[in-house]
Formats: sequence, structure tokens, C-alpha cells
Amino acid sequence: MSAVTPDQVHDDHHHHGPTGLMRWITTTNHKDIGTMYLIFSFIMFLSGGVMALTIRAELFQPGMQIVQPEFFNQLTTMHGLVMVFGAIMPAFVGFANWMLPLMIGASDMAFARMNNWSFWLLPVAAILLIGSFFVPGGATAAGWTLYAPLSVQMGMGMDLTIFAVHIMGISSIMGAINIVVTVLNMRAPGMTMMKMPLFCWTWLITAYLLIAVMPVLAGAVTMILTDRHFGTSFFNAAGGGDPVLYQHVFWFFGHPEVYIMILPAFGIVSEIIPTFARKPLFGYASMVYATASIAILSFVVWAHHMFTTGMPAATQLFFMYATMLIAVPTGVKVFNWVATMWRGSMTFETPMLWATGFIFVFTMGGFTGLICAIAPIDIQVQDTYYVVAHFHYVLVAGSLFALFAGAYYWLPKWTGVMYSEFIGKLHFWCSIIFFNITFFPMHFLGLAGMPRRIPDYALQFADFNALASIGAFGFGLSQLIFIVAVVKCVRGDGKKAAASPWEDAQGLEWTVPSPAPHHTFEIPPVVK
Amino acid sequence: MSPTFEKYFVPEPSKFPIFGSFALLCIGAGSVMWLNHTGPGPLVFFVGLATLIYMLFGWFGQVIRESESGQYGKNVDASFRWSMGWFIFSEVMFFFAFFGVLFYVRVIAVPSLGSEESVSVLWQGFEAVWPTAGPRAEEAFSPMGAWGIPALNTLILLTSGATLTWAHWGMMKDNRTQLKLGLLLTVLLGALFMGFQIYEYMHAYGEMNLKMTSGIYGSTFYMMTGFHGLHVTIGAIMLLVMLFRVMAGHFTKDNHFAFEAAAWYWHFVDVVWLVLFVVVYWL
Ligand code: HEM
Ligand SMILES: [Cu+2]
Repeated sequence: MSAVTPDQVHDDHHHHGPTGLMRWITTTNHKDIGTMYLIFSFIMFLSGGVMALTIRAELFQPGMQIVQPEFFNQLTTMHGLVMVFGAIMPAFVGFANWMLPLMIGASDMAFARMNNWSFWLLPVAAILLIGSFFVPGGATAAGWTLYAPLSVQMGMGMDLTIFAVHIMGISSIMGAINIVVTVLNMRAPGMTMMKMPLFCWTWLITAYLLIAVMPVLAGAVTMILTDRHFGTSFFNAAGGGDPVLYQHVFWFFGHPEVYIMILPAFGIVSEIIPTFARKPLFGYASMVYATASIAILSFVVWAHHMFTTGMPAATQLFFMYATMLIAVPTGVKVFNWVATMWRGSMTFETPMLWATGFIFVFTMGGFTGLICAIAPIDIQVQDTYYVVAHFHYVLVAGSLFALFAGAYYWLPKWTGVMYSEFIGKLHFWCSIIFFNITFFPMHFLGLAGMPRRIPDYALQFADFNALASIGAFGFGLSQLIFIVAVVKCVRGDGKKAAASPWEDAQGLEWTVPSPAPHHTFEIPPVVK
Repeated sequence: MSPTFEKYFVPEPSKFPIFGSFALLCIGAGSVMWLNHTGPGPLVFFVGLATLIYMLFGWFGQVIRESESGQYGKNVDASFRWSMGWFIFSEVMFFFAFFGVLFYVRVIAVPSLGSEESVSVLWQGFEAVWPTAGPRAEEAFSPMGAWGIPALNTLILLTSGATLTWAHWGMMKDNRTQLKLGLLLTVLLGALFMGFQIYEYMHAYGEMNLKMTSGIYGSTFYMMTGFHGLHVTIGAIMLLVMLFRVMAGHFTKDNHFAFEAAAWYWHFVDVVWLVLFVVVYWL
């Protein structure tokens, strides 16, 4: 959009609602709720991180040193579940809550009360999930994918996980409906769909994916529950069922799920790069269409996670080509980001560093994905560390880096204070270096045949594992730098931020003061 | 500022969501304890359920009061419409998963269990004919035919769709008697459907030896018809609430989206039944 009518902000609102803790428990304000989402997801990120570091400590050397194998399996499982459902997804929802109303000129989310419930279900799910470590038999150790028949045989920790997944699903579906309706129905006058910031578009499509596939996951875990306790035979061949069926249902959810975790990241990066290249986003419309085609294609590629499970050759070919097709719209996006930078007057403040880092490292993850997509190759690397390397390149260097990029980009808007460039850059450089030290060697480990999800390994894998473990501890510690950066902003320790702290940032969010007042756009701006 | 602008309703802080969260915590933890026979499972579960019911009454009650006092404008109405549509889409996907399961089982899993390779190595003597309880079925059962109660139930649900539309016409014509009568008939037909469904289950357990444990046939049969029945119950409760609201004088000719939402839901449940009737009972 080009211009907006100024002075749309009315901060004459005194807080008449509850105060203290009750304010946060009962709030219907999208900014409060966004903040809670972000804090919650960061806490989960640290918890999942502690699990990861325990895993890496055990894998530092061959042999069993620190944990029991059973507990090791619980850790890999819970690390995955906590990071996916507790850290990455809620963090993006936090961004959506904070930024969508500001970006489209809405006074709040469409369903502010339900918004509160979407959030407050998450701590409940987290209690059930993490609490499962402490029940007899411990947490589930079936892997984050909860494959049958293992998940049918686990102890009561598995039941807790099932209910946690259900509750997170309810939260996600409500959150997604809220987002879709907000974007479709609450845009300011003149804010047509094709004028929306790309972040809104990517979230609209993500929310659609969430509504489509979270119910499928609910169905999958429900069948596990009835197989466990009510004598059904969905995943039991003796009763005419099939454990492979579970994999099909799970991955029908699972593959769109990975796009749920990356599309909002694309959105954030597409906001940041134009700002610091001081050029409009190259190929806005093609970005929208690329996002939509990724979303549609993501429903027909799921069996690339099952190439070694066994299926007819023609089916393998179909899923192989369909998967490779996804690389096309993904490539369009990377091309557009680079084209946006082309001949721009670029500066590399912290958000831009993260965004550029994202493009580099995420693209590597995309390439390894393509390699995994080739069935004959994937039959060699499935369930090895190569896959672990692939999905950490796309999830850590993709989703997480974009989250950090967005956090630094909008911190001045949220807190009214500029973060320290030095701290932000330190955080970035430590993260990207240690990230690669951790995960790059995993490609070699996987190609050499080291299986994933094992607590011990053959001697020839020792050196790369030690390196990966060192990198992991470095990466973990680097994240503490982020806490420093945020705490400084929250405590007001830094330069005051202007309404638009960036030289050439476009978008309605920069027309309101920093920090953004509690209520914004109660009277919608008119977008020309 | 555009002169036609209408302020979007943003609710006050609310205590209901946290009650809902507490309720689901209790229901989740209670169910797990109950299923594993440790701790006060049923107690925790029912505390959760009671809290959930309290929360639903309070929350929907508040929404109804807000709506009746005219705080929702056209924009809020549009939001409700979008959201109900997307909610039903999520429900469609839930059933889609189970239809996918049935398809996979019947077209892929069972035939491959009966393939020559499988029969010669693993499951000697297994014949892959649907319905089946699998190669290690313990007891014989009779499958549920389509042309008795299920066909009758199809008729009942289709009729209920018609009576509901008739009720809607009543609303549009401001004919409250027709509206009430139509709603009442719909709810009664829904209850009749559920009554037959329960009878069918009892018959299946008692005389046909068809149980949830009857291998994959029993699993898919009870899972799919059971979830459908649950949705019929929810839909009927929604319509019953609408009936009470109509009797309390709520809704006008132009402003009755709650009624329409319940009707959409009812038609959705209807359509799911038709598919169910064909693929679960008939084919
Ligand atoms: C060009 C795009 C991509 C392609 C072609 C691709 C392809 C694949 C393939 C074929 C596998 C299966 C490997 C195996 O198990 O043997 C895989 C695994 C995985 N991918 Fe991707 N991928 C892409 C992008 C992404 C993105 C963007 C994400 C998430 C942000 C992602 C997350 C994952 C995860 C989590 C797994 C492993 C799941 C598991 O087994 O636990 N991928 N990918
Ligand atoms: Cu995939």
C-alpha cells in the first residue's frame, strides 16, 4: 500500500480490566495474547533445547555414558514434540496475533475471547506432555511421529501425549479459524487482498492448512487410543488392520505440517528483505501464487516419508515427482528474495542478517530435501542422520532463524526500545556458525549410514558426533544472548524507537507509535 | 475516517477461557488415569466435564446476551459466518480421515493380507473378503446390513433436513409457529435417529456378536458410526437450544445467524451420514 491517513491511534484508553495476573488470564487483547504466545514458545524452546543438549551429551562419545537407552528415546521423542508443537508453531501464532491486526488495520482479532482460549489451552497441553516424564514408564518413546505399533505398546505416558495432542489441536484449529476470519473480514477499507503484506497471505494459507490437517492428526491419535484401550484393530494386522495405515494418516497431516512451520517464516522474511534492500518485494503476486501452490501440493506428497515402508513402484514414482514439483514454487520464492536484493541499497542490521542467513541455510535444507525426494537415494538415507540434517536445516535455519529475524525486526515496535545491534549481531553470528558446526557433519554421518534415534553408535562415527555435540552446546548457549537482547529492550535499556525505526519500512504497523499502544486502529485507517 | 464505519465489537476480558482450559486439563488427566486404572480418574474426569458444561453455559450465555443487546454489527455477523464455515470444514476433514482409513483398509490392507505371499508365509488360510475381522479373528460375527434400520435412519435424517428447512422458511416469513414446529420436529427426528442407532448397537452386541473388538470391520464400523452419532447429538443439542431461544423470543427475520449455523451443522451431519450409509453399510 502506498499511503495511509495519519493519526489513527487513540491511546486515550485507560485499562479498566483486571490487573496483575488476572489481566493476563482474562485478556482479550491481541497484543497481550501475542506476547503470551511468544513467551510460552520461548520457554518451550528452552525446554526442548535442554532435551536436545542431553541427547547431544550422550552422543558426544560412542558407548552409553549419561542416560539409559529408554530415557534417550523419550528425549528424542519429546524434543521433537515440544519443538514442533510447543516452540515453532506457537511462536508463529504469537507473531500472527501481534502483527496481523496491525498490518491490516484491524482493531483486534475477529474473536478476541476465543483467542484467549486458544492460548490458554497450550500451557494445559504442555503440562500433560511434559508431565508424562514423571508417570510410571515415563514419557512416550515412539518418536515424534508416534508410529504404530510402538505407540500402541507404550505406557501411560503415551496416553498423556495423545490428550496433549488433542488439546494442542483444538488450540490450533481455533487459532487458525480466528486468523482466517481476521484476514478475510477485518481488513481496513482499501486494504485489498493483493495489497496485504505477504506475512498476512502466508498466514492465511497456513491457517487453511492447519484447519485442514489438524483434524486428521486428531483422527490418527484417536485410533491409537482406541487400539490401546478399546480393542480396535486399526493398526493391527492380526485383526485385519495395518501399521502402515498409521504412517499414511500421520504423514497426510505431517507433510502439510512442515509447511505450516515454514510458510509464516517465508512471510516474515518477505517483510524484512524489502525493508533493508529499500526496494519493494520483487514479484509480489508470484509470491502469493507460489505460497498457494506449495499449500496445495503439500497434500499429495506425504508418502515421501515412507519410501522404505514399502509401496508399489508406480506410487513411489508419483510421490517422488510430486515432491520434486514442490521445489519449483519454493525456488520461485528464493529467486524473488534474491531479486529483491538485486541492486537494492542494502544494509545489514540484525533482522536482515537473520533473513539473509535464512536464505542461505534454508536453501541448503531445500536441496537436501530434493535429494531425499529421489526415491532410490532416499531408500539409502531414510532414517539416517541425513534426514536429521535435512529437517534441521529447514526447521532451525528456516523457521527458527526467520522467527529471530522477525523478533528483532518488530522488537522496537513491541517494546518501544531499539535492541542493541552489537548483541543482535553477536547472537546471529554465534547461531549461524554453531548451527552449521552442529548439523553440517550430520549429512556425512547419514551418508555413511548412521541411523537416527539411537543412543550409541559405531566407532567410525565418533569424530563427527563429537563435533556436532560441541556445536550443539555452542548453539544452545548462543540463545541466551537473545534473552539479554530482549530483557534490555523490555527494561527500556536502549535508544527509544521511533514509530518507524527502519528507514524504508512499509506497512501500517509502522504508522502507530512504538511501543504500539494497547489499542490500535479502533477506527480503521483508510488505505489508498 | 469513512463515515459508514461501524465499530467492531471487542469483548471485555473474560474468565470463561481459563475455565475451559482447566476443564480440558481435568478431562485429559482424568481420562488417562481412568484408562490406566490409577488415581481418582473418574472423579477428575467428571470435575472437568462439569467445569466444561459450566463454561459452555456461561460463555454461550454471554454471547447470546451480547447478540440480543445488539452489540454485534454486520461485521461481527460476517465473522461468525466465515468461522462456522471453516469450523465445518475442519469437521469434514476429521471424517475425511476416517473415510480414508476405510478406503485404505478395504482396497489395500485387507487384500494384501490375503495375497498369496502373505497367506503362504504369515496368515495361512486367510481369505480376504470384506467384511472381515482379520486373519486372527477370535469369534465369528455378522455384519450390519444396510436395508433395515440404517435405511430407515437415512430416511429419518433426510426428513429432518426437510423439516429444518421448513422451519427456516417459517423464520423468513415471521411465522413463529411454523418455526417452532419445524425445529421441534427436527429435534425429535434427531432423537429418533439416535434411539434407533442405540438400538442397533445393542442388537449388534447382543445378537450379532459385532463388537468394537471384532477386528477391522468392528473398529471402522463403531468408530465411524460412533463419531457420527456424537455429531448428531451435538447438532440436536444445538437445535434444541435454538428452539428454546425461539420460544424466548430471540431472532428476527434478518438476524438469526445462530439458527443458520446450527442448520448448516445439521446438514453437514446429514451429508456425512449419506456417505456413511453408502460406504459403511451398503457397499
Ligand atoms: C524443497 C522442499 C522440501 C523437500 C523436497 C523435502 C523433502 C523431504 C523428504 C523426501 C523427506 C523424507 C526423508 C526421509 O525420511 O527419508 C523429508 C523429511 C522431513 N522434512 Fe522435508 N522437504 C522440504 C522442505 C521441508 C521444510 C520446509 C520443512 C520444515 C520446515 C521440512 C521438514 C521435514 C521434516 C521435519 C522431515 C523429517 C520428518 C521425520 O521423519 O521425522 N522439509 N523432507
Ligand atoms: Cu514431507
